[in-house]
Amino acid sequence: MSRTVRISDDALALACGADQVAAAFAAAGCTVERVSSWGMHWLEPLAEIDGDGFGPLTPGDVSAVLAGTSDKGIGPVAEHPFIAGQQRFTFARAGKTRPLSLEDYEAHGGWSGLAKAREIGAEATIGEVMASGLRGRGGAGFPAAIKWTTVAKAVAAPKYIVCNADEGDSGTFADRMVMEGDPFMLIEGMAIAGLAVGAGKGYVYIRSEYPQAIAKMRAAAEAARPFITPFEVEIRVGAGAYVCGEETSLLNSLEGKRGEVRAKPPLPALEGLFGKPTVVNNVLTLAAVPWILAHGGAAYAEVGFGRSKGTMPIQIAGNVKYGGLYEVGFGITLGELVEVIGGGTASGRPVRAVQVGGPLGAYHPPSDFHLPFDYESFAAADGLIGHAGLTVFDDSADMSAQARFAMSFCAAESCGKCTPCRLGSTRGVEVLDRIRARSGRTADAVERLPQIHNAKKAVRTLADDVALLEDLCETMKFGSLCALGGFTPYPVLSALRHFPEDFGVVEPEAEAAE
Amino acid sequence: MSDTAELDRILAAHAGREGSLLPILHDVQATFGYVSEDSVRAIAGALNLSRAEVHGVVSFYHDFRTAPVDRPVVKLCRAESCQARGVEALAARLPADGPVKVETVYCLGLCSVGPNAMVGDTVHARLDAAKLSALVGELA
Repeated sequence: MSRTVRISDDALALACGADQVAAAFAAAGCTVERVSSWGMHWLEPLAEIDGDGFGPLTPGDVSAVLAGTSDKGIGPVAEHPFIAGQQRFTFARAGKTRPLSLEDYEAHGGWSGLAKAREIGAEATIGEVMASGLRGRGGAGFPAAIKWTTVAKAVAAPKYIVCNADEGDSGTFADRMVMEGDPFMLIEGMAIAGLAVGAGKGYVYIRSEYPQAIAKMRAAAEAARPFITPFEVEIRVGAGAYVCGEETSLLNSLEGKRGEVRAKPPLPALEGLFGKPTVVNNVLTLAAVPWILAHGGAAYAEVGFGRSKGTMPIQIAGNVKYGGLYEVGFGITLGELVEVIGGGTASGRPVRAVQVGGPLGAYHPPSDFHLPFDYESFAAADGLIGHAGLTVFDDSADMSAQARFAMSFCAAESCGKCTPCRLGSTRGVEVLDRIRARSGRTADAVERLPQIHNAKKAVRTLADDVALLEDLCETMKFGSLCALGGFTPYPVLSALRHFPEDFGVVEPEAEAAE
Repeated sequence: MSDTAELDRILAAHAGREGSLLPILHDVQATFGYVSEDSVRAIAGALNLSRAEVHGVVSFYHDFRTAPVDRPVVKLCRAESCQARGVEALAARLPADGPVKVETVYCLGLCSVGPNAMVGDTVHARLDAAKLSALVGELA
């Protein structure tokens, strides 16, 4: 009898050469099953044979694996410390099912959340989500059930469910793993949301950089049709604009417009897609819903920390030894995630900084490693958890260069609607260039004109430029319409505060000296 | 099929869809390689929009091109996670104007195994100088 080998077919495994490894196993007479990824990325391509894992493999390793002489064995995959330490709710099926197999999905508890919602009705469904304490996983952390209640009570038709799958933050890949690994779960979550608020149609807006996720979601939406009817799901594709991850910009993009941010109010819950009441939720928010319905909101709320209930699929990335997806209850410390679970840096050098929450998240030094991973603790430390991506940097990182990158990224991706973001980001790049060159600046021709009374005539020093940067960040933070301009100051100011030596600020400020 | 007939087919396929402009532009670009002035005119007519409105959308999104590309394209991720894994050193070694066009993309979602690149719909991870030059060399 031929042996069955399970190998992931998600984008990360493919990028690491999973197809070639799968072909080599097939050529050796094995039956190859393409499943979702376990999320242990340093081991990809990972092959699982009778529960035992082998990785990272190349086609050349196949004969040794089959002969039992490979030194790449990791023992039983499910008992690997990286997996055993997790509390997998959303990723319960990861590594175990074929992503587009309805049979596998049903055999592993699929559709039971939707069946429960149909049994208990709309109001009780929202009640379960309320009891779970589920907060928006996109970054803002707004209670999902309150958003749903607003849409449910809105008097207008039609209503829409929009799934934000524009996962543009560097260091995040959990949305991609849901869509490529367990697409029916997301569709089930959307159908439950539709039932709860009275919406008949759902859109999934996926970024164009995820072709594998788009293909799988399209196939899954088609295959799931009979299970979710009368609810319908349509897949839409973005076009390379980072800002479209902002909900109102995303709605404009779905409507076929420029992805410019809308002023709020009106809230999308009342006037969203095509001006109709719309639930806009992140992939992870909607993907958590089937579990909550199937097991009860109270069971979900038992896990967590403070006001952050349930689990968070944390993404450990960047210069890290053991990168991957780690789903665990809120409250685990940053240091444990980076040093213990992540195993420190891949380069073997000391960790210098960890950026938490994507390009708009703060840079945290190792002195912040005691912070528990939850929305409030990070906010209190002038940071955010965002979409829960951790990007680890070793001690070769130049933090003033990272601050400059944050500003240049904002300049490249700004939608252009509000001035602090559109102009502030470019001015920020200029100021940071001067700070990095330690050049200072003399007044230019316009500033020297007698009519320009309030322009500084004297030479601007490094200290003046640093003060100017802080002032600019203040303006962007409080004056921008959305999180792109509003949160770009987080990486900039955190780098300045924690790593002043990289900016030539020789006397560290009192708080940075700790 | 002539270009006009092909364009008409795309427009007909999306007729009556809510917010169809982006799906139409994706199809036009997939078919012709870029969104031409003539396509903008035809799309504007079909959707009852002004040409300026369609142009505004085309120019807003990084993905849409208004002119054909004459070279194969490699999209190299240069976001933070790939920076932490050394992409800038790789990027610095690539010729600016070689036979392959290297475009910057911000994040391919493979952040634990960077530096990463994408060619068409195919993704490549764990790039080093040798792998990247082999990738570029294959296309050239």
